[in-house]
Amino acid sequence: MTTSGNDVTVESVVRGVVARHRGERGALLPVLHAVQAELGHVPQEAVPVLAEELNLSRADVHGVVTFYHDFRREPAGRTTVRICRAEACQALGADRLVSYARESGLPLGETAADGSVTVEQVFCLGNCALGPSVEANGRLYGRVGPARLGSILNGTVSS
Amino acid sequence: MNNPAHSTATVYVPRDSAARSVGADEVAQALQQAAARGDFALDVVRNGSRGMLWLEPLVEVVTPEGRVGYGPVAPEDVDSLLAAGMLDGADHPLRLGVVDELPWLARQNRVTFARVGVTDPLSAEDYEAHGGLAGLRAALELAPADVVAEVTASGLRGRGGAGFPAGIKWKTVLECADELKFVCCNADEGDSGTFADRMVMEGDPFMLIEGMTIAAHAVGASEGYLYIRSEYPDAVATMRRAIGIAREHGWLGRNILGSGLHFDLHVRVGAGAYICGEETSMLESLEGKRGTVRAKPPIPAVEGLFGRPTVVNNVLTLATVPVVLAEGAQAYERLGVERSRGTQVFQLGGNIARGGIVETAFGITLRELVEDYGGGTHSGRPVRTAQVGGPLGAYLPESMFDLPMDYEAFAAAGAMVGHGGVVVFDDSVDMAAQARFAMEFCAEESCGKCTPCRVGAVRGVEVIDRIVAGTHRDENLALLEDLCDLMTEGSLCAMGGLTPLPVRSALTHFPDDFLGGRRLLDIQPVRATGPKTEGTA
Ligand SMILES: Cc1cc2nc3c(=O)[nH]c(=O)nc-3n(C[C@H](O)[C@H](O)[C@H](O)COP(=O)(O)O)c2cc1C
Ligand code: SF4
Ligand code: FES
Repeated sequence: MTTSGNDVTVESVVRGVVARHRGERGALLPVLHAVQAELGHVPQEAVPVLAEELNLSRADVHGVVTFYHDFRREPAGRTTVRICRAEACQALGADRLVSYARESGLPLGETAADGSVTVEQVFCLGNCALGPSVEANGRLYGRVGPARLGSILNGTVSS
Repeated sequence: MNNPAHSTATVYVPRDSAARSVGADEVAQALQQAAARGDFALDVVRNGSRGMLWLEPLVEVVTPEGRVGYGPVAPEDVDSLLAAGMLDGADHPLRLGVVDELPWLARQNRVTFARVGVTDPLSAEDYEAHGGLAGLRAALELAPADVVAEVTASGLRGRGGAGFPAGIKWKTVLECADELKFVCCNADEGDSGTFADRMVMEGDPFMLIEGMTIAAHAVGASEGYLYIRSEYPDAVATMRRAIGIAREHGWLGRNILGSGLHFDLHVRVGAGAYICGEETSMLESLEGKRGTVRAKPPIPAVEGLFGRPTVVNNVLTLATVPVVLAEGAQAYERLGVERSRGTQVFQLGGNIARGGIVETAFGITLRELVEDYGGGTHSGRPVRTAQVGGPLGAYLPESMFDLPMDYEAFAAAGAMVGHGGVVVFDDSVDMAAQARFAMEFCAEESCGKCTPCRVGAVRGVEVIDRIVAGTHRDENLALLEDLCDLMTEGSLCAMGGLTPLPVRSALTHFPDDFLGGRRLLDIQPVRATGPKTEGTA
């Protein structure tokens, strides 16, 4: 997940990704996921390359990148911690987790100054019977109270 | 204390992500370490979850008596469990008894979920040994129109929310003459309080593949797409592996089971947009576009993915098809009430003591679900409300809990069954805040195509804020009513059209919360410390 501002690298990554998805119908979403997996985000420089490779207008590609919550225009922290704020987790005090994160200096949507972690909100992780739920680096945690969130955040900061 | 005289014991530890979220991997690891040390002879099988999620991690041991369960097991319990003789099903404070006989499970009617939690999800042998492929084999013996007739006769309605009869949708696709047709499975499951689709994909993925293959045969489709939300990485990985295994076994690809049916299936991952659960928006997303809603007609059955005739069904709908074909339409149709036939997979979540999957015939009441199965709140405080049917569903007060769970009865009461999710709240909930959240969610997740939804939801948040602040309360209440009417009448899809449902139900049943008459209880939820309630219902 290294990021490079280097145009040549972005371009070659994007062309490589597109080549791998060439045979798929309507491949833009899988391509964007793959670009983000390799670069950590979808940089602005990727847009014209994608447009050219997939025979779309730049506006079309830009429109798709900005429509979906998953695609980032800027790199996130080395790890992303997502707190579920949907109803079932609300019913179990999800907002206390959000307050805890904010009081720890990590308001939603912002990345820690040292680039270690970004805290975000998410609407439902499919763990609604064992909430409040939190996801960190693709791993799901259930029954998370402020103390457990603290250790999840610490774990990501130290790693 | 070890079991040298015994052959190797089989121990099940779920690999379902809910079970993993509370430590199932660590428990499995502790068991494997004990085996590796040579202290105990055991094999760990990672099954799906039985859906008794408050008991997770639920460990099961195969004994002559049946599968004996222990739970919830923490990794540090493993040594004492093994020492007590868990591998022989011996007694221990965490022992629950024979899992199939636990009242909570035994009282259910598991049809779609019959194998979930029982088998190893990725074992093709397990799948066939437990009745897998019987539906597909039966379907391949029939002409497509007869498969469609069977599904129609079963009364199976779409489980994704709207409840449209599956057979009728399939018939439309079958009657289109196109060469290329698609089957698309909607696995976006964005509703809070719903997780049954995820559990099927993680716990019995071949069943969904089998259902989609039957649909392909029934309508003449050659390609299928499974659109899974990105919030479900475990489901994505499991489905991808299952599809690979199915191809190796000739259950997908060319000449499926030697029948001449060609059908292949692809997984596509969403990108964090709730609206992509709406079927036309999902199709746009599959085509690589912004997930904006298409006006209907044309319906997807006639002009769907890339303009071709397309079956779009929910995970549970497609996963139920194999059993309908295997056991016959009548067996399925006999369950249920009125026009709600078969079983529904209810999902109990939120502030509930015993959350999880309750699969039972339609007609059970909300009270039975929340009180008998659910055991009241997790916090131990009184239940105040339940939101049924996801973020677009109504908040119902306790006085309406005797409503039977069926599509028509709920609609008549101004509510909706939706995907069968039930989210429970205790008396600390602030209903004005919940109503505000409904508008906020709609504003955040609107696809932006129509004004009543895109702008109305933003206005809705502002108006609720003014009401709660006491600013021109009567005028603003009237304005909120108007806004709800406008959104209901003027929205292209149910995102904007149904958001007024949670808002209005909160206003109707809990007006005090909006009028400053009720001080929000500033209380820490109390932990349930009462008697052990496991396995009762
Ligand atoms: C805003 C919105 C979100 C929806 N989300 C889902 C979803 O996550 N999963 C689903 O199966 N259906 C969802 N639906 C319903 C689908 O549009 C569609 O009715 C369904 O996938 C059809 O399958 P079924 O007939 O098997 O239920 C949603 C509908 C709307 C309006
Ligand atoms: S109601 Fe909302 S989500 Fe639905 S089409 Fe209109 S703007 Fe899009
Ligand atoms: S509402 Fe939080 S996991 Fe579903």
